Amino acid sequence: MIPKETRGKKGDVLLEMRGLRIEGESDDQWNEIVCGIDLTLKRGEVLGLIGESGAGKSTIGLAAMGFARDGCRISGGSIVFDGIDLLKADDDDKRNLRGSRIAYVAQSAAAAFNPAHKLINQYCETPVQHGVRSRSEAEAEAKNLYERLQLPDPENIGFRYPHQVSGGQLQRAMTAMAMACRPDLIIFDEPTTALDVTTQIEVLAAIKDIVHQFNTAAIYITHDLAVVAQMADRIMVLRYGNLIEESDTRTIVYNPEEDYTQALLAVRTFRKPPVEEPKEDVPILTVENISASYGTIPVLYNLDMELHRLRTVAVVGESGSGKSTLARVITGLLPPSEGRITYDGQTLTPDFRQRSKDELRRLQMIYQMPDTALNPKQRVKDIVGRPLEFYLGIRGEKRNQRVLELLDMIELSEKYFDRFPSELSGGEKQRICIARALAAKPELIICDEVTSALDQLVAEEILKLLQRLQDELGLAYMFITHDLATVKAIADEIVVMLEGRIVEKGEKQEILTPPHHEYTELLLSSVPEMDPDWLDNLLEKRKANQ
Amino acid sequence: MRFWKLLKKSPWSARFGFLVIFFYVFLAVFAPVLTPYSESQIVGAEYEPWGEGFLLGTDNLGRDMATRLIYGARNTIGIAFITTCLAFFVGILFGFLASTLGGWVDQILARIVDVMMAIPSLIFALMILTIVGTSIPALILVIGILDSTRVFRLARAVSMNIVVMEYIEVTRLRGEGLWWVMRREVLPNALAPLVAEFGLRFCFVFLTLAALSFLGIGVQPPTADWGSMVRDNATLISFGDITPLLPAGSIALLTVGVNFVVDWFLHLTSGLKE
Repeated sequence: MIPKETRGKKGDVLLEMRGLRIEGESDDQWNEIVCGIDLTLKRGEVLGLIGESGAGKSTIGLAAMGFARDGCRISGGSIVFDGIDLLKADDDDKRNLRGSRIAYVAQSAAAAFNPAHKLINQYCETPVQHGVRSRSEAEAEAKNLYERLQLPDPENIGFRYPHQVSGGQLQRAMTAMAMACRPDLIIFDEPTTALDVTTQIEVLAAIKDIVHQFNTAAIYITHDLAVVAQMADRIMVLRYGNLIEESDTRTIVYNPEEDYTQALLAVRTFRKPPVEEPKEDVPILTVENISASYGTIPVLYNLDMELHRLRTVAVVGESGSGKSTLARVITGLLPPSEGRITYDGQTLTPDFRQRSKDELRRLQMIYQMPDTALNPKQRVKDIVGRPLEFYLGIRGEKRNQRVLELLDMIELSEKYFDRFPSELSGGEKQRICIARALAAKPELIICDEVTSALDQLVAEEILKLLQRLQDELGLAYMFITHDLATVKAIADEIVVMLEGRIVEKGEKQEILTPPHHEYTELLLSSVPEMDPDWLDNLLEKRKANQ
Repeated sequence: MRFWKLLKKSPWSARFGFLVIFFYVFLAVFAPVLTPYSESQIVGAEYEPWGEGFLLGTDNLGRDMATRLIYGARNTIGIAFITTCLAFFVGILFGFLASTLGGWVDQILARIVDVMMAIPSLIFALMILTIVGTSIPALILVIGILDSTRVFRLARAVSMNIVVMEYIEVTRLRGEGLWWVMRREVLPNALAPLVAEFGLRFCFVFLTLAALSFLGIGVQPPTADWGSMVRDNATLISFGDITPLLPAGSIALLTVGVNFVVDWFLHLTSGLKE
């Protein structure tokens, strides 16, 4: 182990931004996206940047390296890193700093790694390039870091390609890479957002541990206040490029001053009013003994479940648990290898192409990514209007009238009628997807991670909207999600899935109150709480149990 | 209106390209008005020099060179345009079918195209035209179908990326027919690269056509055509006269013009900044 060179002592100012202004170009106009931010970071300190999308937090993170994305420019202020003015430094100087003294960990490790090279080769590139380590030293150190980050088989894991390790492992390998030159500052840009809750814990613990071990300063960017509360010493709350509030972590979590911070803290408090257990009626959808496979690889094993009108069944599980596959089986995109699906007492044909128009109409789906679920070349009126024409034969003026009614139902004004999807925000797009599903007059809607791609405040609005529509129209929902907060908010019944099997199912109260199934317990305990000590306590508890 | 706005911001190369194309189209449309003689009328002695009566001299049979050059624009560009349209219709249709249906339909179509592309297209065209004869419809059909293989490849590749999108899944689950999916969902999203390719393909078709005419199995006399005009007057070159190079130059200029416009269009649609 090579000791870290001492460049300064804890408590010295490492990074200082004064009146930072950054502009972004759109439609030939420069708009300010960061409006005069002051930021001071001391050695060994972890600073959390939090805000919704468009708050400018990633832009500030990149500016800490003296970098602005394509179509952005730093228009004012100063950025001083350890006595070096990054805005005046030339490209060579900045290149020398980046990678060796300032490192960056991106949100999607899968996209940030080059798929054609082994992990360890990518690790060694930076230190060797900067002349900090020889190749063999770098390799030895990589293994050491892999071990500290608790990657399995640290001796050999580096010799795998990025696609041969899991998402959580990749994110840790990326953190190791950022540590390669023992930088003074690491910028973490949403490093755990794309991960499952149980994996997130491992990565958070690893990052926290290594940052402390090497006394590295860090900027931690996230939209999740509960996560940043575990990591940061100090938090800056941002909105539309302005600083809303800045304080140490405990003050922000327990005594926030600004309304906006309070709103962020209060998120996820929405609860669906309880609906009585169904007694009399035939379930709207029954899944009996369903098994399915992709080619020869089995993915679902003997699933049974029921859905009832006016009720929401939440299917919970981590990625790879088969919950989206279950949706594909029900919609008929993936005919099951075994089992039967009954709709309102009638057996559904396994393949959607053999289902009648009316059967297709009654079962609609809403997707996770509203960006890819809306045709970018169609206007809102055509997106929402087409199901009206297709299923119900409503055309012309009547159709437009009905589209406006539907827009009204999803709380969008008529000015959206003629817009293209690119002219809508993420939440608005998801509303249009909901309107398209409603246009078909469905009875059952499958919602596949509908809120995961949205900001928390927006997601909450969508959940409330879905709830209102359920009450008004008597819909049944099947709600697929990995987010237990969403489940707590909207579900009547919960189905917990693991590796293609149902591990537990029942009424919400029943599942959420102990005793839990072992896996449900793991899932539930992994959801970050608004408590700065939560992670440490949890890790201690888990250690004690082992 | 939007087009004019865009044109105002376009680089000089694109404007030059547009100018060339409009000039050629103008000549092609108004050929009978602009020319002093008719297309294949013999008006003087053979190989007369440039001068008063004949702006660019006469050809090997004593026909007016300038007149034939203008008519040549009409014939060559017209045939090339129709051929390219045919190639695109066939190529896009089968390309979209292959990617939308997938499975064995895709396999069969793609392998047929592979086999066709394995044979050098000029030689393939020569062979088929020798068999079926060299009428203009045959010319259009043969070149159009041979060139559609390239369009097929592009259309299939582009729409492969589109058919996996969720909005396509939505329409399928809705129960929409194949034609609707291809025309309303896939085509509008694949249009940009296809339009750019149209320009390029037009140039290639144009060159193939000229090459075939030069070899004597393209457009047949007495119809004026740039390829055959080069061939007919080629002997003049040995006397230091540049007249036979004029049709060749016309081909080159149009090719350059079209490419400038295509480059600009690609640049616009790729969304790249300078």
